[in-house]
Amino acid sequence: MVTGNTGTTRRGEGDMRSIRVLTGASVAALMVALAACSSSTTTNAAAGTPASGSAAAKPSGTLVVFAATSLTDAFNKIATQFEAANPGVTVKFNYGGSSTLATQITQGAPADVFASASPKNMTTVTDQSLTTGTPKTFAANQGEIMVEAGNPSHVKSVADLANSALKVVTCAPEVPCGALATAIFKNAGVTVKPVSQEENVGGVVTKVSLGEADAGIVYVTDVKANGTKTTGVPIPASQNDTTTYPIAEIKGAPNATASAAWISYVLGPSGQQVLKSFGFLPPTA
Amino acid sequence: MAHEGTAREKQPFNPLLAVLAALAALFFIFPLIGLITGAPWGHIISVITSETAVQALGLSIVASLSSTAIALVFGFPLAWLLARGSFRGKGLLRGLTTLPMVLPPVVGGIALLLAYGRKGFIGKPLESATGITLPFTLAGVIVAESFVAMPFFVITVESGLRSMNRRLEDAARSLGASRRTVFLRVTLPLIWPSLAAGTVLTWARALGEFGATITFAGNLPGVTQTMPLAIYISQSSNMTDEAIALSLILVLVSLVVMIFRRDRAGAG
Amino acid sequence: MLEADIQLRLSRLDLNAAFTVAAGEVLALLGPNGSGKSTTLRALVGLLPLAGGRVVLDGTVLEDPAKRVKVAPEKRPIALMFQDYLLFPHMSAVENVAFGLRCRGTDKKTAREKAAQTLARLDLAGVTDAKPGAMSGGQQQRVAMARALVTDPRLLLLDEPLAALDVSIKTNVRRLLRDVLRQSNAANILVTHDLLDAVALGDRMIVLEHGQIVQTGTPAEVTARPRSSYVADLTGVNLLRGKASGTMLELDGGGRLMCAGPATGPTLAVIAPAGVAVSRQRPEGKEWNAWLGKVSAVDLMGDRVRVHVDGTPAITAEVPPAAVDELRLDDGGELWAYVEPAAITTYPQ
Repeated sequence: MVTGNTGTTRRGEGDMRSIRVLTGASVAALMVALAACSSSTTTNAAAGTPASGSAAAKPSGTLVVFAATSLTDAFNKIATQFEAANPGVTVKFNYGGSSTLATQITQGAPADVFASASPKNMTTVTDQSLTTGTPKTFAANQGEIMVEAGNPSHVKSVADLANSALKVVTCAPEVPCGALATAIFKNAGVTVKPVSQEENVGGVVTKVSLGEADAGIVYVTDVKANGTKTTGVPIPASQNDTTTYPIAEIKGAPNATASAAWISYVLGPSGQQVLKSFGFLPPTA
Repeated sequence: MAHEGTAREKQPFNPLLAVLAALAALFFIFPLIGLITGAPWGHIISVITSETAVQALGLSIVASLSSTAIALVFGFPLAWLLARGSFRGKGLLRGLTTLPMVLPPVVGGIALLLAYGRKGFIGKPLESATGITLPFTLAGVIVAESFVAMPFFVITVESGLRSMNRRLEDAARSLGASRRTVFLRVTLPLIWPSLAAGTVLTWARALGEFGATITFAGNLPGVTQTMPLAIYISQSSNMTDEAIALSLILVLVSLVVMIFRRDRAGAG
Repeated sequence: MLEADIQLRLSRLDLNAAFTVAAGEVLALLGPNGSGKSTTLRALVGLLPLAGGRVVLDGTVLEDPAKRVKVAPEKRPIALMFQDYLLFPHMSAVENVAFGLRCRGTDKKTAREKAAQTLARLDLAGVTDAKPGAMSGGQQQRVAMARALVTDPRLLLLDEPLAALDVSIKTNVRRLLRDVLRQSNAANILVTHDLLDAVALGDRMIVLEHGQIVQTGTPAEVTARPRSSYVADLTGVNLLRGKASGTMLELDGGGRLMCAGPATGPTLAVIAPAGVAVSRQRPEGKEWNAWLGKVSAVDLMGDRVRVHVDGTPAITAEVPPAAVDELRLDDGGELWAYVEPAAITTYPQ
């Protein structure tokens, strides 16, 4: 409020101007800081060329692997072996739905390697030229019905899942295991209304394990990994669908040496043996 | 003395205060600007009128309003008890009923499953006796949202009840007011601000709830897929346009109610 | 007519007060803080349940713990004006005043009219629609009075009604209150710590200390013959206790005084400070009633000076201001006190 006192008036205007100046200055400072940060990231990405032919160099340091949830147990075992064979390397995993992982990578998440549960999600990444070299298929998987231990609802086939009294859970259609379920239902010629669409296959396994859902479509590897907690109902080959798993090194990976070593290991005899033991199918040509 | 007002010396300009406050304000404003500039304005109409968006928004509104109503009906007596009652274990009760405020929502979801899920110690007998299941239903969404949001209501209203001058209720009784009249004409008007604030806070929390909902109620478009869930699914499926557009709608709805509430409450 | 026998056991206090108030009478209730004055009022209103005793108003038993009778506060024809007014902040003056009427069944329109009339009677027509927050302290006080009066209570309780007012308006409001009380045919109890209120407004007086009634009577009687140091302090007189035999009074704390009138047994003696003479030398020719003490304090009260003398007994004297210099009272030290027998008023304990 302006009073008769000119001293107060002048000070009031000065205050407003000072506030504006300082706000402008702080905004400018923030902008500069942000620009500097982002530009340094791009320079890093541009400068980070994988040392090709350095596969001969010894891998060390931390390796960050983004992998589909269905690979959890198999990759954990492979990591133990890999770390034993390559002391000095620590493998860290980020497991999740393949579409989520792909999104994270396109938004700049610091991954070294990406192992997807379907080629579709890998394409998301390669479309933006974010991989080094072409992705390689290292495993395949098929679907299986997972039910509560002992199969109390007596599910015998995919057709049984159409029963509206059953609570069936699948992955969301955008996720590989969800696409798998859609294909299976189409092959079997049934309409199934799931009660929930999970973001990754782990969610389906949880819901069935807890007894919240009566049945779910998962991978054969998930049924095997879940042991006696749940029971699997096999799907005939005529109705089943296969999904293949591509793996690729991410462009500008912080640990290019270890990435290449990991991919070689997974594709090599040791890795393939582990994958087979968990129920994965060999990669189809 | 009462109407002299509190004339104060004008606050001297503090540069440090101004800078910090400005940075704080910008911290909040920038993401909003990001949403607005990143939105797919070209085809936004088709996105927000898509079936996914309409279903999600409808579910969000119905569920959040229902949860708020539940918080009002059940939360008010609880707040009253905590503010006015004297019984052993009151502190423990308060701690327990406000625990959801500090727990990560997904923890709430898991706990809800263990209690009200199909194998839960409440849910199981409920299903065998009545056939009712809460997971995978809109009711389940409402349960999840109420669980995380009601504590906000209880805390706010309890605080309002505590800070009111209870002697005004004595005065009313001494003038001949029955307990009911005291409540309706004295207590309620006096705690109105905290009631209103509690309601808005609860509704906002329910609207934005994600972790407990997706864990307990699941995710099914048209049934349990509220806005936050729809945004998460589209965001994780690299459908960024849809995610941003839906986010913008959620922000707009929330803004409208926040602004509306301030208008009703009087001068902001 | 109120017949009250209030017995209460509280954490800080045991209250035992029995008294009556006739219709149209004003009973002043005095006492130090914590003596139970406000507690008595709250008990009469019904906000505190009695442990024992009875409350009967106009022949109706309002409370009788022995017979398990307790009429709820809202059903008692009693109005209480609180010390801190407790006006409803969310209601205007007229709504505040109409509140009691509407609670007891009056329709909105009539209640509002009656409330407005009462406000006008107390010179508050200008603030009818104002909220308490926008009123001055004096206006709030009168609205609180109006709110209590408008319901035509059979018992009107006023808890320190003038305490929060500025000195400058207190006199006017006291006069207003006196007119209001004169016109009332309810029984009235006025709690106050100001003796002037009791004298100006009260027909009878009760002094409460530590939950017990220590003295009753008309204000004149009580102030002339205080039975407690509290009242003595209020009236500013010296109060001594002792045993009298004839004109000789043996004081409980030591010392003896010769009084003008004879008395026997336990006796109270009142000496006005103005009746105490002080000097640096022993008063000449006074065989009795002179003793040596020490100056403990000198208080300037307007144009009078009070000297507190520690001795056997301790006594307060009033001297003209010039005496401070003459006797060099500021230096403290020993001082002789002397009281004429005629200045001592005695009465039985």
